[in-house]
Amino acid sequence: MIELQHVTKLYPASSRPALDDVSTEIDKGEFVFLIGSSGSGKSTFLRLLLKEDDPTRGTVIVNGKTLNTMSKWQVPKLRRTIGCVFQDFRLLNNRTVGQNVAFALEVINKPQRTIKRVVPEVLEMVGLEGKTNRLPNELSGGEQQRVAIARAFVNRPLVLLADEPTGNLDPETSEGIMLLLERINRTGTTVVMATHDYHIVDSMRRRVIELSEGALTRDQSRGVYGVGR
Amino acid sequence: MRVNFVLSEVATGLRRNLTMTVAMILTTAISLGLMGTGLLIAGMISDMKEIYYDKVQVSIFLADGVTEEQRAAIDQQLSDSPEVANHIYESKDEAYARFQQQFSQQPELVQNTPPDALPESFRVELVNPERYELIAAEFPNGQDGVDQVRDEGDFLDRLFSLLNGARNATIAVAVVQALAALLLISNTIQLAAFNRRNETNIMRLVGASRWYTQLPFILEAALAGLIGALLAIGGLVVTKILFVDKTLAGPIRAGIIPPVDWGAIAFISPVIAAAGVGLAAVAAYVTLRLYVRI
Repeated sequence: MIELQHVTKLYPASSRPALDDVSTEIDKGEFVFLIGSSGSGKSTFLRLLLKEDDPTRGTVIVNGKTLNTMSKWQVPKLRRTIGCVFQDFRLLNNRTVGQNVAFALEVINKPQRTIKRVVPEVLEMVGLEGKTNRLPNELSGGEQQRVAIARAFVNRPLVLLADEPTGNLDPETSEGIMLLLERINRTGTTVVMATHDYHIVDSMRRRVIELSEGALTRDQSRGVYGVGR
Repeated sequence: MRVNFVLSEVATGLRRNLTMTVAMILTTAISLGLMGTGLLIAGMISDMKEIYYDKVQVSIFLADGVTEEQRAAIDQQLSDSPEVANHIYESKDEAYARFQQQFSQQPELVQNTPPDALPESFRVELVNPERYELIAAEFPNGQDGVDQVRDEGDFLDRLFSLLNGARNATIAVAVVQALAALLLISNTIQLAAFNRRNETNIMRLVGASRWYTQLPFILEAALAGLIGALLAIGGLVVTKILFVDKTLAGPIRAGIIPPVDWGAIAFISPVIAAAGVGLAAVAAYVTLRLYVRI
């Protein structure tokens, strides 16, 4: 499903590699926490999976496609199979909840019939069925993140990448978001979540991949955030 | 492709940068208007060349006291000359009539010119206009009833070099304006892309095709180019009605200047429109490729 083979990423301005000879494999349907301090390479890891960046060395494979050799015009097709959620939600504030979710389908040319059918479905799934016509500013942070998750999931991606999705939320709200991500994971979608939130990691006991200064230092199934914490 | 979506993006984009859009449209319009003017002048010049060069190349003005015999001798000599393709005689009365027609817009000038002030002349068309010197040598000034021999071609050359200069200057200004217009278009598109970076970022992440993401921007520029072109064409029409047809009416009727007819404007209008739309779209596309990550 996702495979990194000896992946190194050097940014031109930096002397230390953002990722340093990282190799790992993530199977279909797994739920993986990507942990590490700021600057450890988590975001670079996710960017490489989206082909937002190319590795300096090594091979990245996502959904059976080798990204290194993928041509530019094939990238949109790849991204339709990957959902993304961010710490800052990235909603369009001038569009309603329903329009935000529909936007993701409109711009990849899904027929209006399909959009009309699946948008309410996914909003119900994330628990926002009554808020279709609200604007993002009228919602709480947790609700906004639910809209973002609905948007990421509405096209039924094979992989969901979440970059600190609970970073702006209080613990209780975060728990709700985690339940939602678990539920999405149970539908068969692979979830890779970068996080600093050790409460969440410790309580969920899922696979943990830890990065430190770009190097993979730990890969543990049913892991916890840190030893001795 | 979802037409409504694209069109509403275009409308929003143009509205959001209203001042930039207006600047972009105006510079485009001025540039295209000047380009059209340059093309019209060029057409006019070639029309004028046809009118003038083919008619008269050398004028032989006769002295006031010329006798019948002298006039007949000159006429005979012209008829016999192998250098002369054609020649016509113009009497004082005819010269005056032509003068009245040419300067009908300046009645004072006509009033102050006595009918016999204009000399009679032979108007000569040469087989080879370059060989004016030969004819001039055959009819020395001030002898045998000849007052003066004048190479009209020389005058025409100067006239046309002036007109060519006017055309070149117009086109040069049009090119400079076009450059300004292109830079403005590029700037406007960068601004539009910046304003809509949230949308385009999301489009990129959810896998919208590059084409789908870029099309609204390109159409936005093309639409502004089209509006600019329409303004430019309107400007040409107004110029024809208010300037060419009114101010230049006299010389045109006198046959000095060829008229600018609607056909010429109709002919260059699509050229202007295509140039406006095409250049704007290409400028937008290049800008998106070079400066904007989409």
